[in-house]
Amino acid sequence: MFDVAWSQFTPWTALSGGALIGAAAALLLLFNGRIAGISGILGGLFTATARDIPWRAAFIGGLILAPLIWRVMTDLPPIKIAAGYPTIIIAGLLVGIGTRYGSGCTSGHGVCGISRFSPRSLVATATFMAAGFATVYVVRHLFGGA
Amino acid sequence: MAYAFISLLAGLVFGLGLLLSGMANPQKVLGFLDIAGTWDPSLAFVMAGAIAIGVIAFRTAGSRQLTLLGREFRLPSKSDIDSRLVIGSVLFGAGWGLAGFCPGPGLVAMGAGQQKALVFVLAMLAGMAVFELLEKTLTRR
Repeated sequence: MFDVAWSQFTPWTALSGGALIGAAAALLLLFNGRIAGISGILGGLFTATARDIPWRAAFIGGLILAPLIWRVMTDLPPIKIAAGYPTIIIAGLLVGIGTRYGSGCTSGHGVCGISRFSPRSLVATATFMAAGFATVYVVRHLFGGA
Repeated sequence: MAYAFISLLAGLVFGLGLLLSGMANPQKVLGFLDIAGTWDPSLAFVMAGAIAIGVIAFRTAGSRQLTLLGREFRLPSKSDIDSRLVIGSVLFGAGWGLAGFCPGPGLVAMGAGQQKALVFVLAMLAGMAVFELLEKTLTRR
């Protein structure tokens, strides 16, 4: 049924990168008692109290700085963005509204929520994955604009 | 101080993980979401790796009263599966499938100097601001 793209299949970097993501979530949880949900940490800045701003800003800053640290060690991996600007803007708006309305994204629901066996997060993850599969199917195979 | 420093470190490690795993590359993400095309299952392994560590972390947290810095755990308390959760996730998934970016990878790619990622992040912030405005006007009624 599946036509697997073996030439692009990178299980080891995926698994070890995933482990780093899990380690980051573990750090934030075990030291700070917080869920590493990126949309929540970022979106929370809109209504955060003064005391609540530094750790949120620091986490987001760490994400943005990661490529610079990476670059000190070695060349950055490829980042290929096929979508044009109008699509990027619509996608950004949908991701912004959707993650806040649904209280989480791939990190908060997908990684942390599933790790704590939250039924809410399982439903959210199944839903956004299904919507992602459906969207790519419509864009690439129904409209054929791959 | 330690609190903010741990946050910075967690953000950095998270970002490095996104880069290493391929999640920060929309082409790779869309290759995973394209199950009807030539499918790249790699990103399922990202989830597996992250959740394997995550389960241990949450189990450890569950056996403690306070964090290693002596703080309270601030875990989500909601447990209801409502229309907000589902509708929000559908909108998010649609946006994810359109561009191949979810929030973290958008921020990391922006840090890597990708102009389209900067535009994505600005649009995402605008979307989050729209959400806050809607929440405010709806709860004021």
